[in-house]
Amino acid sequence: MSDAERSERVVVAMSGGVDSSVAAALMVEAGYEVIGVTLNLAGGASRCCSLEDADDARRVAERLGIRFYVANYRERFDTEVKQAFADAYLAGRTPIPCVTCNSRFKFEYLLDRAKVFGAGSVVSGHYARIDTDPISKRRRLLRAADPQKDQTYFLFELTQQQLQALWFPLGDMKKSEVREYARRLGLATAEKPESQEICFVPDGDYAAAVERIRPDRLPGPGEIRDTHGRRLGTHAGIHRFTVGQRRGLGIGGGDKRYVTEIDADRNLVIVGDRQAVMAKGARLERVNWISGETPDAPVRASVRVRYRHEGAAATIEPDGLGGAVVRFNEPVSAVSPGQAVVFDVGEEVLGGGWIVGSFR
Amino acid sequence: MRIYLDHNATTPVRSEVADAMDRVLREVHGNPSSTHSEGSAAREALETARSRVALLLGTRPDRVLFTAGATEANNTALLGLLRRREQAPGHVVSTQVEHPSVEAALQVLESTGWRVTRLPVDSDGVVALTALADALCDDTALVSVLWANNETGVLQDLEAWSAIVREHGALLHVDATQGIGKLPIDLGSLSIDLLSLSAHKFNGPKGVGCLVVDPELGFEPILHGGPQEKGRRGGTENLAGIVGLGVACDLADKELDQRSLRYSMLRDRLWEGIRTRIDGVKRNGSTAALLPNTLNVEFEDTAGEVLLQALDLEGVAASAGAACHSGSIEPSHVLTAMGRTPESARGSLRLSVGFGTDEEQIDFVLDRLCELVPRVREAEGA
Repeated sequence: MSDAERSERVVVAMSGGVDSSVAAALMVEAGYEVIGVTLNLAGGASRCCSLEDADDARRVAERLGIRFYVANYRERFDTEVKQAFADAYLAGRTPIPCVTCNSRFKFEYLLDRAKVFGAGSVVSGHYARIDTDPISKRRRLLRAADPQKDQTYFLFELTQQQLQALWFPLGDMKKSEVREYARRLGLATAEKPESQEICFVPDGDYAAAVERIRPDRLPGPGEIRDTHGRRLGTHAGIHRFTVGQRRGLGIGGGDKRYVTEIDADRNLVIVGDRQAVMAKGARLERVNWISGETPDAPVRASVRVRYRHEGAAATIEPDGLGGAVVRFNEPVSAVSPGQAVVFDVGEEVLGGGWIVGSFR
Repeated sequence: MRIYLDHNATTPVRSEVADAMDRVLREVHGNPSSTHSEGSAAREALETARSRVALLLGTRPDRVLFTAGATEANNTALLGLLRRREQAPGHVVSTQVEHPSVEAALQVLESTGWRVTRLPVDSDGVVALTALADALCDDTALVSVLWANNETGVLQDLEAWSAIVREHGALLHVDATQGIGKLPIDLGSLSIDLLSLSAHKFNGPKGVGCLVVDPELGFEPILHGGPQEKGRRGGTENLAGIVGLGVACDLADKELDQRSLRYSMLRDRLWEGIRTRIDGVKRNGSTAALLPNTLNVEFEDTAGEVLLQALDLEGVAASAGAACHSGSIEPSHVLTAMGRTPESARGSLRLSVGFGTDEEQIDFVLDRLCELVPRVREAEGA
């Protein structure tokens, strides 16, 4: 077969779940030479990206008659995602490791692997859309057609170069359509449950995960104080808290109290009333503008301050140093350092950045 | 087009072997233990195969004990022999570069009170004979050694080992799985008490092999059952497989000289091409005596896993060290024992030629390697 007759080769990131299985099937149906790749990230212990999931993905690949490989990134995942996750908690932040996992592992590393394989694109089962701006010819990241499933919050670090080589074939589909498609094809993963938000903490006990990952760096007990510096009680480690948290403070009392600040240097958890947890704005670092160009004037957009946040109207002022200041039109609660803020205008995602702190 | 350079993992079955097995499956349905005509036809096929194995090895047919491959043979040699009821735990000598089926059995022995010395290897993968002599103790019951290493092809000097072990008075077990069918061996002139082999490594079927062992040497069977194999291995014989093993031995016996010449010519062509056309390559086990068909190369600053996948996409099957479970490629214990760092071990590829390999294939593989190695370095390096 000559090169001209050979169909274009693409790599599909197959997690072993239903979404990426369908993404692979759609590419096969469209006539591409599909190579399935599963990332082995967290090893056997976790729900996602484990070898059992690799086995599921392999079965789907066999069913589709495509080549399949496992890409082993466990060591990099340990240092770049898991340890970074634990260290963020120990520094008083509330990390969102899925963003790094997506932008670095699922896209940067997988695009590297695709190059080795002679494949032009990486395809994934993310619920997001990519199109080309008719005027600037730049790629745009758009929210998914199914708002319940939209995953663009995790994708704000994508670059123009990456968007050129990425495809999200599920961006226009509803989850129910995806499952229906998987059933029709008889894919083994059709009825698989949704995966957890953080794959290496399947039980949702983040504090225990931090203690497991960094047993030698735990801060130990410290004081809980109110916003006036009065001592209210003790805590068993700052990594057990997140800004905006109300339950499990262990200080009793009638007033509703929220964590307003975590001071890692002094090993303090500061609590206050509902008013004290409302922020007028946030300072961001490592801001990515998907267009590839930092705007030279403030930008009005809807901002999401955590995954599944419906968005709040705000103005974003780039600080000229790769960061930005976000001013909300109305105060927003629980703006936690370590989380990401993503900027949207309509269905388009302009970019996002990492919360360093908030202000009232 | 597919090019298979992974003959140390397993080999294609020769059509002579498949034909003979097909005949047995269709026409010889008796149980070798039965006394009727069908039984004796089966028995005859079984004993013909036994003679063919014995002929290749230069031993007596009554020393050939059929097993389900080399793993069972190795387990039988180590555990069957040393767990005899009258045998008190003592000392065993082996090496750091054994196949898992020996290493795992050594660990079982250790858990039951045996002491095990695992001799180290030098940077070429060879055990120092002085270290062997020094390791032997008064209560050393058995020495077990891998003749030809599956990953590197490095050979241990069987003549020297057998002389040293015989002089000491211990028994010698040789795992000859990779050597059989590629190199000559004459058990008549070597003092080897037990020897394991597997049919699928030299164009026979999978799931059959044998342990060569003196019938006088008492041991506990691993598989308890009927009186088959003189009570040393229960269970109705895998007749078609055994016949296939016999034919593979017969072919090896006839073709051995020309095979090793041809394999080494192809292997050397591959190495010459790699050495002259690609920067930053090292041959593992370069100055040792080697199997004629095996080339183990480190491509510096690459991940063997990635190179392997890229080669597969281009139609070439090779191996990164030992075969392993998806995704969990640990640095090879063999290369680590030879003093390689985990990074260098991970960048190493095993290319093993065999039946069906030709010059054109070697040249195709060289061209692909020349394209892919720089690509892997660029994408996955740093």
